[in-house]
Amino acid sequence: MSRRTIRAFVLGDAQADRMVPPTGITARLTLFAAAAMAFLAVFALALSLASGRLADRWSEELARAATLRINAPPDQRAAQTEAALAVLNQTEGVASARALREQEQAALLAPWFGTELPLDTLPVPQLIEVIADDPPYDLAGLRLRLSAEVPGAVLDDHARWRRPLVDAARSLRRLGWISMLLIGGATAAMITLAANAALAANAQVIEVLRLVGARDRYIAQAFVRRFTLRALIGAGVGMALGMIGVALLPAASDEGGFLTGLGFRGAGWLLPLLIPLAAAGVAFLATLTAARRRLGDLS
Amino acid sequence: MIELENVGYSYGGGELLSDVSVCLSPGSFHFLTGPSGAGKTTLMKLCYGALRPTSGQVRAFDADMAGLDRDAMALLRRRIGVVHQDCRFLDHLSLTDNVALPLIVSGHDMAQERENLDELMNWVGLSQRAGALPPELSGGERQRAALARAVILSPDMVLADEPTGNVDWEMSQRLLQLLIELNRMGKTVLIASHDLALIRAAKSQVQARVLRIANRQLQLAGADL
Ligand SMILES: Nc1ncnc2c1ncn2[C@@H]1O[C@H](COP(=O)(O)OP(=O)(O)OP(=O)(O)O)[C@@H](O)[C@H]1O
Ligand SMILES: [Mg+2]
Repeated sequence: MSRRTIRAFVLGDAQADRMVPPTGITARLTLFAAAAMAFLAVFALALSLASGRLADRWSEELARAATLRINAPPDQRAAQTEAALAVLNQTEGVASARALREQEQAALLAPWFGTELPLDTLPVPQLIEVIADDPPYDLAGLRLRLSAEVPGAVLDDHARWRRPLVDAARSLRRLGWISMLLIGGATAAMITLAANAALAANAQVIEVLRLVGARDRYIAQAFVRRFTLRALIGAGVGMALGMIGVALLPAASDEGGFLTGLGFRGAGWLLPLLIPLAAAGVAFLATLTAARRRLGDLS
Repeated sequence: MIELENVGYSYGGGELLSDVSVCLSPGSFHFLTGPSGAGKTTLMKLCYGALRPTSGQVRAFDADMAGLDRDAMALLRRRIGVVHQDCRFLDHLSLTDNVALPLIVSGHDMAQERENLDELMNWVGLSQRAGALPPELSGGERQRAALARAVILSPDMVLADEPTGNVDWEMSQRLLQLLIELNRMGKTVLIASHDLALIRAAKSQVQARVLRIANRQLQLAGADL
C-alpha cells in the first residue's frame, strides 16, 4: 500500500464510503462479537502471563535453589553447620552455600509466630541455602556424603513438591495461548461470515460499481475499511472492559498464591492494547480475502 | 473502437450469437435492432466485457479483451460509457451521485468536477431533480440520468441499450438529440433499439448504419430503414 492509500484507509474516503450502503445489523453484530472476543482475550492473556510468571519463578527456584536443614542439638549445631558447609563447598556443581543468619530465619518464621520470636531459646534447625551451578551437583551423591559426615543434615531440593506445580503452571500458560489462538480464529471466522453476508447483500451495488469502472481494490476497500474499523472499535471496548475486570481482581499477595496473581504487572498492562490491533489485523485480512474471492467471481 | 471477430456466444440454453463480425470504428454511429430476445443486450455486454465470447475475439482499442486483467478491464470501462437497459443505479444514492459514480470510483476530485457535473445535469434537463433518489424518478428521467452517467467521463464510445425504451416520442427525440450531439463531438455511438421510427428519425440527421440480429447472425439492414 502506498502512503496515499494508507492515508485514505485510515482517514476514510468520504466519497468511497458512501458507495456501499450501511448494513445496520451486520455492523452491530460485528461490533458486539469483536467486543466479546476481546474481553475473553484479555482474560486469556492475563491467565497465560500470570501462569507464565509463576512457571518461570518456580522452575528457576526449582532448578537452582535447595535447602539444607541441620537438625542437631544446640551444642552440635555450629560444628555440624561447619561440616556441612565444608562438604558443600567441596562438591562440584554447587555454586554457593550459605548458612542463613538468625534474622533471616526469624523472618521466615514470622508469618507463623510473629516477629517477637526468641529464636535462640528454641530448637530451630539451622538452614543452609544451596544454589546449584550449571550443570548442577549430583543430588544422590551429595545426600550420601552428607549422611556420612553430617548426621543431622536433611537436603530438601524443593523439586519433590514444586515440579508438579511448575508443570501445572506451564499447562495453564499453554491453555491461555491456545485460547488466544482460538479467539483469534473465531474472530476471523466471524468477520469472514459477516463480510460475506455484507458482500452478498451488496452484490448489486458491487456489480454496478464494476460496470462503471471501479477497480477491485476500490470496492474491496469500502468493505475492508468498515470491518477493520468495527473490529478495532469493538475490540477496543471489549478490551477496556476486560482490563477493568482484571484490575478489579484482588491484588497479588503471597497468601492468595496463584489466584490473586492473575493480573498484569507493570509494562504487562500495555500488552492488552495489542488485542484491538490484532482484531483489526484479523478483520482486515479476513475481509480482504472474502472480498477478493467474491469479486473474482464477477466480470 | 471495438471490433468483434467471428464472435459466438452460447449459454446453457443454446447458441445465441454465431460468427458475428463487426467493427465499430471511431466516430461511427450504429443502431442495433432485432426482435426481443435476439441478443442485442448480449452483444453489448460482449462489447464492454460483462460477458466473454464462447468463440472468436473481441478487441477494444486494439487490445484483445480476453487478455485484459481485472484492473485493465476497469480502466477499459471508463473509456466506454454504457446506458444499461435497466439503468443500473444505486438506489441509496441521490441522482447526482449516481451520475457522478464513474467520476467517484475513478478517484476524481469531486470538488473540481462540480461545475462539470452541474453542466451535464443541466444538459439532460435534470438539474431540478439532482437530490432525488432513483426510485423516485420517472422512466424518462432515469434514462436521461443513465445517459448522463454514461458520458460523464467523456468516454470514447457510448453504448446505449434501449435508451428510449420507456419514454414518449418527444422524450425519445430529445434523448436521440443528445446522442447525436455526442456523435458530433466525435464519440462512437451504438444504440440498441427496436423503435424503427426513432431509427428513421436518426438517419435523417446522421450517417447511421443499422445492424440487425436475425437467426443468431448480425446483418447490415437495407435501405428500407
Ligand atoms: N448467460 C445466459 N443465461 C441464460 N440465458 C441467457 C444468457 N444470456 C442470454 N440469455 C438469453 O438470451 C436471450 C437474449 O437476451 P438479450 O437480453 O441479449 O436479448 P435482447 O435482444 O436484448 O432482448 P430485448 O429486446 O428484450 O432487450 C434471452 O432470452 C436471455 O434470457
Ligand atoms: Mg435487451
